[in-house]
Amino acid sequence: MSVAESESVAEIKARNKELIQEVLKVYPEKTAKRRAKHLNVHEAGKSDCGVKSNIKSIPGVMTIRGCAYAGSKGVVWGPIKDMIHISHGPVGCGQYSWASRRNYYIGTTGIDTFVTMQFTSDFQEKDIVFGGDKKLAKIMDEIQDLFPLNNGITVQSECPIGLIGDDIEAVSKAKAKEFGGKTIVPVRCEGFRGVSQSLGHHIANDAVRDYVFDKLDPNKPALFESTPYDVAIIGDYNIGGDAWSSRILLEEMGLRVIAQWSGDGSLAELENTPKAKLNVLHCYRSMNYISRHMEEKFGIPWCEYNFFGPSKIAESLRKIASFFDDHVKEGAERVIAKYQPLMDAVIAKYRPRLEGKKVMLYVGGLRPRHVIGAYEDLGMEVVGTGYEFAHNDDYQRTAQHYVKDGTLIYDDVTGYEFEKFVEKIQPDLVGSGIKEKYVFQKMGVPFRQMHSWDYSGPYHGYDGFAIFARDMDMAINAPVWKMAKAPWKNDDKSKLLAAE
Amino acid sequence: MSQNADHVLDHFDLFRGPEYQEMLANKRNLFENRRDPAEVERIREWAKTEEYKEKNFAREALTINPAKACQPLGAVFVAVGFEGTVPFVHGSQGCVAYYRSHFSRHFKEPTSCVSSSMTEDAAVFGGLNNMIDGLANTYNMYKPKMIAVSTTCMAEVIGDDLNAFIKTSKEKGSVPAEFDVPFAHTPAFVGSHITGYDNAMKGILQHFWDGKAGAAEKVERKPNNSINFLGGFDGYTVGNLREIKRIFNEMGIEYTILGDNSDVWDTPTDGEFRMYDGGTTLEAAANAVHARATISMQQYCTEKTLSFIADHGQEVVAFNHPVSVKATDRLLMEISRITGKEIPESLARERGRLVDAIADSSAHVHGKKFAIYGDPDLCYGLAEFLLELGAEPTTVLATNGGKDWAARMQALFDSSPYGKNCKVYPGKDLWHMRSLLFTDPVDFLIGNTYGKYLDRDTGTPLIRIGFPIFDRHHKHRYPVWGYQGGLNVLVTILDKIFDTMDLATNMPSKTDYSFDIIR
Repeated sequence: MSVAESESVAEIKARNKELIQEVLKVYPEKTAKRRAKHLNVHEAGKSDCGVKSNIKSIPGVMTIRGCAYAGSKGVVWGPIKDMIHISHGPVGCGQYSWASRRNYYIGTTGIDTFVTMQFTSDFQEKDIVFGGDKKLAKIMDEIQDLFPLNNGITVQSECPIGLIGDDIEAVSKAKAKEFGGKTIVPVRCEGFRGVSQSLGHHIANDAVRDYVFDKLDPNKPALFESTPYDVAIIGDYNIGGDAWSSRILLEEMGLRVIAQWSGDGSLAELENTPKAKLNVLHCYRSMNYISRHMEEKFGIPWCEYNFFGPSKIAESLRKIASFFDDHVKEGAERVIAKYQPLMDAVIAKYRPRLEGKKVMLYVGGLRPRHVIGAYEDLGMEVVGTGYEFAHNDDYQRTAQHYVKDGTLIYDDVTGYEFEKFVEKIQPDLVGSGIKEKYVFQKMGVPFRQMHSWDYSGPYHGYDGFAIFARDMDMAINAPVWKMAKAPWKNDDKSKLLAAE
Repeated sequence: MSQNADHVLDHFDLFRGPEYQEMLANKRNLFENRRDPAEVERIREWAKTEEYKEKNFAREALTINPAKACQPLGAVFVAVGFEGTVPFVHGSQGCVAYYRSHFSRHFKEPTSCVSSSMTEDAAVFGGLNNMIDGLANTYNMYKPKMIAVSTTCMAEVIGDDLNAFIKTSKEKGSVPAEFDVPFAHTPAFVGSHITGYDNAMKGILQHFWDGKAGAAEKVERKPNNSINFLGGFDGYTVGNLREIKRIFNEMGIEYTILGDNSDVWDTPTDGEFRMYDGGTTLEAAANAVHARATISMQQYCTEKTLSFIADHGQEVVAFNHPVSVKATDRLLMEISRITGKEIPESLARERGRLVDAIADSSAHVHGKKFAIYGDPDLCYGLAEFLLELGAEPTTVLATNGGKDWAARMQALFDSSPYGKNCKVYPGKDLWHMRSLLFTDPVDFLIGNTYGKYLDRDTGTPLIRIGFPIFDRHHKHRYPVWGYQGGLNVLVTILDKIFDTMDLATNMPSKTDYSFDIIR
């Protein structure tokens, strides 16, 4: 299907550059100038991808990005399972983000666990006019009354909160005191703050620092006895069970995972984390802040890792083990060897069906680079990638460790650009989100959601790679894609493309 | 290790394996600081009691698991139903990401919509520049025939004035002066998605009928024989609008569907992405002022729109999501009365087939108790149908239903002997429903996808009818209106009843004497 099959890198680069110029033509001049800075063709050897990032989206272009509330409630705080997260403001934000992120967890929902519930202050006009602080205080009373086994409360601010001058910090403080030192966390993640989900991650990280770490009681007896092998998983949201299929590997190599941030996590696990000997960080973008803080404050080193695909998993296991003694180093080798036959079998089965297939990605802040290795393990090639909310340090990591020469890079891509890029490049697979899925499937291009794993997963770890490989094969080689064109319709468009 | 390449285990089975079970038990016991399981069990039981229900119903501030969304969602629903129209939501951009995802998860279709991407500086200085740039970009990139503007709560709180902003944008050349940019203020802190539908629909009609915000002459109404049709916010819009068109064509009626989103949310996979497809033409929207009458299928979705239309001299007739035989009878007879067209024999035959199906099956539904939740009109239509089947809709709840709706529901209950023990719950949420399902149990629950949590917690089998339906596919393609729609609803209810019966009788040598092959 790929038209780029026989092209040289130079030809690909020229084509991609031309493509960028072509899409920019649709914009008014000012917009074209601004968008030009977010699109590039990667040059091997450069230290970053040559695009601007973490800048305001342009009005009216159909950005795919979300907001700070989505970054805090939806990503960082929402999965903490034994706390109740109030979507504070009007009903919509909480409603649309209700249980849609597949952060798996174990617990009795509604009794001691609350992840897949929607708690909202459902603001009415009078709350906007007179302020919502009294209502918030009452909500906390009602939560205590109806959900006595909750271990804490967070207040996830929606847009109006910061605009009407509510003092959620004061309410939280007073109620925390009233409830005997209960953890109550006000989070200033109003959707208009920042340029994307990213600031919401940061604000949420800071809230953990200020309202969990800074309030730790040094005299509180420890939940467990420390060992030299205690680590915390940071930045894994347990989508479809990702953190579980990661945790099992860390434990098999001789480490002990004392906390998960934040998929299937609990308040106690957040509180445990300063006891870790090492923080292992999967999603750098959303949780580097708290990792850096723990390094400074508690002297805990942190290490980025990548559990997508056997090559990166093995590399990561060894990297993590290098922080520990031989017992763990040997453990890492043992784990790699144990899963080798499974990986060989998965690759033997799926690689022949996927070899040479071209992929375009557009995801959040980590996966546009992190999954590249997994595709490469299957003989596939990522020919275009971009982030919704990456910063420059993400593009540096992407350039230095992941993408090939000539890869098309698109930051905060617009609906129009993405559609045109895919139309022209004709990849064999697009990996992006629910808003993009059906656009490309209509075009006859196989697609997998790379936020929710398209309701599958886990994709992390060795167990997850088997599912990942199966899913990519299922997407690309589904018979349906041969049926998109009615047989009696002449196929001018694809002939034209093939002749190019 | 249980994973293997020949038979790849999904999350369903993978985590049930012994290694994972042991790992998760260790995690729980060592690190999570979990509550004592006996205490969890005690609270779980307590949450089923009358005492808990009373506390639960005494809530004044907290909303838990509401069955409603916010206004702009309804505005986007309306906008995509017009030819070549891009919905433009003025305010924070995250909202638009949510609306698009929400609709795509329900319809399994793309939903195009743009935001003016307001951030902190716009919060301070207002979003005028975002509007100016945004309209220009959308106009250039997506070549729309119309851009329909609504607002998020951010823009409403800071008091942005859409009328003035759009005028200024046109003066600045964002879009040509004659380009159609209807608008509606849709504050999320007032009403729900059905209010947003109402405001947006009214906004578009007002634009075309009342002189395009001063840019054109007001249209002088010259009554014709056509009728206008409003579906209201409807998760079955694809199937329903097609069914309604079929009925109208069968009757030989001239009609205009206002906000016809049945094509844009059901485009083919044939190699081409259609950002726009079908929809009410702008000409038709403008000419709709001349219609003899307007029919609304959902009174509570269209209150302001209907009163606006009535003020323009048309007769307006509102229904409450007709599903039952009687309700569809009324619908057809009203259409016949208004247009002077006879109801054709073909529709009488369809009616007869629905009655026939009810006669064949009602023994399985008769006397069964149902809880229903959803939008006010949907609840009414379903309750009316159940009463017709001899079932008892004992618990009817609409988070976005008001006092007026509750009174109408009560009148409906009072009209039937099967309504005697039925109660209506306006303004309540699904956590209230949870208590009710424990203290006043029913045989079946009717609601949207979120009802599956109630099914799990209370053991009440869920019949999925409503919006959104995320976890079952393609239901929106099948109408729930007209006699054919009534038949679909009947079959949906029956399927669950029979499945539930089979599940309750399939234990060999224990219960399977009732595992009948013929039901």
